[in-house]
Amino acid sequence: MPLPQLPLDAITIGAHVDDWPAAITAAGDALVRSGAATSAYTDRMIAMIREFGAYIVIAPGLALAHARPGEDVLSDGLCVVTLAEPVAFGHPHNDPVSVIVGLAVTGAEDHLQFVAELANVFNDPEVIPALAGATTAEFVQHLFGQPVS
Amino acid sequence: MKIVVMCGIGLGTSAILKVTAERALERLDIDAKVQATDVAGVRAAAADAQVILTSSELVDSIGTTNADVIVINNYFDVDELEAKLEIALGS
Repeated sequence: MPLPQLPLDAITIGAHVDDWPAAITAAGDALVRSGAATSAYTDRMIAMIREFGAYIVIAPGLALAHARPGEDVLSDGLCVVTLAEPVAFGHPHNDPVSVIVGLAVTGAEDHLQFVAELANVFNDPEVIPALAGATTAEFVQHLFGQPVS
Repeated sequence: MKIVVMCGIGLGTSAILKVTAERALERLDIDAKVQATDVAGVRAAAADAQVILTSSELVDSIGTTNADVIVINNYFDVDELEAKLEIALGS
């Protein structure tokens, strides 16, 4: 299974946010815009970080926002939000965060393959800084190896 | 040999760490099963594991274990995984 599509409406460049919940909300909004999830999924992504901490900041500058599958996930979906000013999530090594990748999956089992694809994209250490500095959504699509809309 | 990767809900981040760990094990030529689990399941999953890989944020939720707990900072960095696994597994 390749990565879910990353349509232009699932990409937000240079969002202005004051704190990490606002950053996650921007990612949730992108998933809602692209039709992958409802806003209830946004609340669950935030709740997960409140419960378990900032471990979703899985690399320097990058947060992987996600929650369990649920009725609020309408289809497998991916979104990317870059921040105009980085925000702290409370991670001891990887703060501050300037790129949020949001993930919505319909089933726990079938997501493994496209998560592996995500690992392939970020295997290149230049990708996170390139995303953080992206000025167009088309360039973000290009970095994810997707056909540019 | 068994290695457990743990995240809050057992999908997403732990799946990424599993991919990176498997690539590091391949480089080290170590044959090991890598299982992803969540905070609730780590005790059962790690009962027969040599190593638990997780984030610094989640170490405290593991509790008592005989496995070596290794904190990973960059989940995409095969070099970091390779170096830390090499030390832990003594190869």
